Parts: sequence; structure tokens; C-alpha cells
Amino acid sequence: MATLEINSLRKRFGTIEVLKGIDITLEKGGFLVLVGPSGCGKSTLLNTIAGLETISSGEIRIGDQVVNDLHPSKRDIAMVFQSYALYPNMSVAENIGFGMEMRGVSKPDREKAVATVAKTLQIEHLLSRRPSQLSGGQRQRVAMGRALVRRPSIFLFDEPLSNLDAKLRVDMRVEIKRLHQTTGTTIVYVTHDQIEAMTLATKIAVLKNGELQQVGSPGEIYNRPSNMFVADFMGSPAMNLLEGTVSRTNGSAEIVLARNEAPPVVLPVPPSADIGRLKQGDKVIFGIRPEAVNDEESIDRNARSVVRFDANVEIIEPAGSDTYVVIQVAGKEVTARMRADADLRIGKPHTFALNLDKAVLFDPTTTSRI
Amino acid sequence: MSAADLVTSGGRRGSSHSLTTRIVIYGLLLLFAAVYLVPLAVMVLTSLKRLDEVTGGNMFALPRHPTLDAWSRAWGEARIGVSDTRGIHGYFFNSVKMVVPAVLISTLLGALNGYVLTKWTFPGHKLIFGMMLFACFIPFQSVIIPMAVILGMLGRIGMDLSDLTGWSFGLGNATVNLVIVHVIYGLGFTTLFFRNYYATFPTELIRAAMIDGASFFQIFRRILLPNSTPIFIVTVIYQFTNIWNDFLFGSTFAAGDSAPMTVALNNLVNTSTGVVEYNVNMAAAIIAAAPTLIVYVVAGRYFVRGLMAGAIKG
Repeated sequence: MATLEINSLRKRFGTIEVLKGIDITLEKGGFLVLVGPSGCGKSTLLNTIAGLETISSGEIRIGDQVVNDLHPSKRDIAMVFQSYALYPNMSVAENIGFGMEMRGVSKPDREKAVATVAKTLQIEHLLSRRPSQLSGGQRQRVAMGRALVRRPSIFLFDEPLSNLDAKLRVDMRVEIKRLHQTTGTTIVYVTHDQIEAMTLATKIAVLKNGELQQVGSPGEIYNRPSNMFVADFMGSPAMNLLEGTVSRTNGSAEIVLARNEAPPVVLPVPPSADIGRLKQGDKVIFGIRPEAVNDEESIDRNARSVVRFDANVEIIEPAGSDTYVVIQVAGKEVTARMRADADLRIGKPHTFALNLDKAVLFDPTTTSRI
Repeated sequence: MSAADLVTSGGRRGSSHSLTTRIVIYGLLLLFAAVYLVPLAVMVLTSLKRLDEVTGGNMFALPRHPTLDAWSRAWGEARIGVSDTRGIHGYFFNSVKMVVPAVLISTLLGALNGYVLTKWTFPGHKLIFGMMLFACFIPFQSVIIPMAVILGMLGRIGMDLSDLTGWSFGLGNATVNLVIVHVIYGLGFTTLFFRNYYATFPTELIRAAMIDGASFFQIFRRILLPNSTPIFIVTVIYQFTNIWNDFLFGSTFAAGDSAPMTVALNNLVNTSTGVVEYNVNMAAAIIAAAPTLIVYVVAGRYFVRGLMAGAIKG
């Protein structure tokens, strides 16, 4: 177990800069998830922590040691790869024990350690098999076993669940979470799946084009996204982003969302926004999560700031546990997440309530939160 | 699909049409097979006949008194050179002594090159690979004289070493020279084979092994080589056939007693003294061709599989 500290890390491939000054600190026992669209540099960042890629400038510390120039095997890390990277010519036991063999651990000690790990992961009956004789989930366990057996100070996971089917993915997600809770190891985990990020992380770092967009707890990232990219990327269905105009009247301010052929929706400024930064006539982007758009009965009773308005129901998508409803507000589609048995009819007006406690405002030019 | 299926599915016209097609296809295949097999059959038949039967009889006739005399003469007594009447067996082993090290060294070096050129790339690796590819297309006739100069220099170094240490380290020895020449000219192809194979080899395995603490050569020996069987066999067959069948380098750089099999066979067939013993010539030719045939029969299915694997993975 150790802390991880990344200071103004830069990585260039020729003239292309793929990591543009990354600063992240991860406390001992933390679970950091690096998330972002493909090509954002998250895997490269993980590889630099592992030592599989060199860095152009900056510093990586594991514990109190700077590891910039250390070989991957000397960094006290273990890595689980997307393809699992099991050695096809070796049995499961040999795969798990290969690292120890390379470090000169004696055969009896190796066998004991392999047996212990196999028991933890319930793969004892697979030890003599070859990777090609295993199912996807079993390979995943063996890959985790190979990492576990090292007892590293940091675990690195590179999209470990992306090759599994949907159900197995949920099972293994729980397993990884349990592993983290029982061992208390520091983990860095790369994924493009924002649900994995939300459920596993104690800390999420959102990347885009090699730049850090926001680092924070899952709650912070979800409820107080620092810019429109983070707001849009995290959450499914995505956050509703609507154009509005600021209307100031002595001291107080309102957000006006214009609508075609219907009276505009006038909203008080959400509690999260800094009212002092709003000027009369300013364009703003009003962001609200689908679950904060609901009917009156289902809106959070403790909400301090709620606004009601009527809108026509355009599309109804029943998803079993919830029903997604699409309505038109301010020339844009707005998705509402409502309870499964909500009484709605397509084309009929319905009264919706917005929980403004959960709303955020963005500056459309800088895209950052106001 | 059986004939009955054809009748029910295609009716009479379909059936007769596909029957004609089949007759044409199988007829052509048989014809081509015959074109390839008849010369071999004639060689085998001739080698089993006595000389009077060869000169007096029909080429395709079966031997009346089958005998292995010609084979033992070719192996042990045939006249190869002016003064050499010990048969081809010595030259056969010359070839073995040249082929085995040349094939193994060029294959292993090709594997190592392929490993470096795909998994430990360095600035300019594409240029290096391009230049190695170039070696595949150099006509060997054009390098004979420069090669002779270099081998001459190596021979002098060998003599100096011999003066200093009492051992020449094999430099200047004709068989060693041929091994050097074949390793150098084989490298282009072996590198090409292994580079293309390792290009599709998952890099994550190498990275996993690096994190596990394996060194450059440990990764090569424990991870790459055990997973290279198909391409290894393809390369060995290719190199074995090429080097065993080489005549140009053999006749240029290894004269007399150290000549390889191909050169000896040529000397045997072209001998201008006495009667031409066709049965002995045929036996010697079959012996000369046997090793490559055996290699194909034993490892041929891997050859096809290896080539296909490369073709599909691109």
C-alpha cells in the first residue's frame, strides 16, 4: 500500500503532446479511476505509472520514492491488462508464479503463494489448465491472481472488464470492489465506462485530449461537474444542457429558457451557481440531470428550490426500473427520468417539476461552471 | 454433396453439368500430378536397374532384376573427382555439417531480429528492416566476388589466430565459410518471416512479462519462442531447402573434399571418364533430394498452417 503522486506530467510522441501536464494525488488505499473518451490519454497515463512508457517531463512518486526512471518490475506495482495478457504456453499456476520465478523465489514458496491466491479467487481447480482452456471470466480471475500474488503497493487495471459480457462485467465489478475493500490496496483503474467509474472509485479523474478536466469524488464529479464536457460525459442518460439568458432585476437574477409557441420557462438561479458572476443578457447553459426532471409527486421533498412547468410528452422509453421521457424545452430535447408507472401519454401535456438544487450553470464560451 | 443430392437439387442438367466440371478438374489435376511424378518414377525405376538394362531397355519399363547396387555404388564407390572414388557419402555429410548450423543460426537470429524490430523498436527501425528486406532481392551472383574477398580476409585472421592461440576458430575452413555466407544471406528472409509474425504477437504479453521482471532474453526465450512454433517451422523448412539445394555458393567457396552434396552430384554426373552410369546418377540424385523431401513430409502441414496464419492475420 502506498500513495501515488503525479506532478505536472507531460508525455510527447514526437511533436504530438498526448499528456499535457497532469497533476493527481491519490491517498493510501484510494481507488482512482481514470475515465475519458478513447484517445484521451488515460491508457498512456496508466502506462507511464507502470513504467511501460517513458515520460517527457514531470514526476511520478509511489510512496516517497520517485519512480520516473525505475524499470516496471522495480516499481512495486502489478497490472491487469485489457486482454489479460496470460502467457499462452504456460499453465495457470505457471502464469501466476512467473513473476516470482523471475525474482528467484524458491519453488515451494511459489507453490504456496499460488495456492493461497487461487483459494482467494476460487480458481484452484483451474491451476493446471492452459489459458486457452478457460472462459473469459476465468481468464479475468487468473489475470487478477497474477497481480494479487505480488502483493504490490499499487494495482493498475487497464480496462479489465471491457472484454466480458454485460452480466459477467457487473459480477466482476463487485468482485473488484470487494477486493479493494478487503485488501485496502491503492488502485488505479482505467475505463471508458462511466458506470464502472462511479461505482468503483473513491476518486475520479476525467481526461480529454490529454488534459485533466476534473478530479474529485464520484459525488463531486456527478453533481458539480466543473465543465460541460464532464457534465455530458458522466451519467446515463446524459445531463440535459439548455441555452438560457440571464435576466437581472435589482439584486436578484433569473434564467429564462425560451420556448417555441409556449411561454418561456423562468427559473431562479440554481443554488450551486455564483450569482455575482451573472450579468443582464448573458447567455448561459443550464444543466440538469434527468432524475431532477420529474413529476410533482416524485420530486425530492427536501428540495429547496423547485420550479414547475407544462410540456408535451414526445417520446416514452420504458426501461423497466425507470421510464425515460423526452420533452421539448428551449428548442432542445430534455430527458426526464421518471418512475416506471408514471401516468403519461404521448402528445399530451404534463406538469413537470425541476429540482434546481441539482442544477448547474455553465458559461457557453469557456464551457466551465459558473 | 453426394451425386444423389445433386440430382434432387439441380435436376438432370445440373447433375450432368457438375459431372463434366468434375471430370475436367480431376483430369487436369491428374495430368499435373503425372507431370510432376513421372520424372521421379523414372529416376526411381532407373536407379533400381542394372546398367545394361538401362542402356538397352525402355525408360518406363519395370526393372527385371531389381537391385540396390546402384545405390550402394553411388553412396560408397562412385567416381566424384579425378582421384576420388569414395562415392557421395562424404559430401552428403559435408552438406549436413553446413546446413544444420546455418539453418539454426539464421533462424534464431531472424527470430531475435523480428523480436527487436517489433517489440523493442528504436528510431530508424523501419530503415533497418527495409535494408534487411533488400537482402532478399540481391542476386547472389553479384556478391560472389566481394564475398570471396571478405572470406579471404577472415581466412587470414584465422591464420593469425592460429599462430597466436593454436586454433583458427574455424575461420578459413570451407564449411564454416559456407555457414557464414548462408547465415548472412538467409537473414533477410528469416527476419522478414519473424518480423511479420511478431507484429501480430500481442505486445501486452511482453509488457506483462516486463512487469513480472523478465529480462530482454528471458522474454524472448520464455514468452516469444514457445509461441512461435508455426513460423519457426516455416523458416526452418524454407532455409533448409534453400541452403541444401544451393549450388552457386557451394561450387564457388568450397572446392574438393569440402564441397557440399549439390556440387558433388554435379561432378558425378558431369564426369567425362568411362561409361555414364545412369542408374548410379539417378540414385545419387535421389539421395541428394531426400532430406528436403523428408523435411516437407514431416513438417509440411505446419508449413501450410504457418503461411496461412500469416496470411489471415495480415
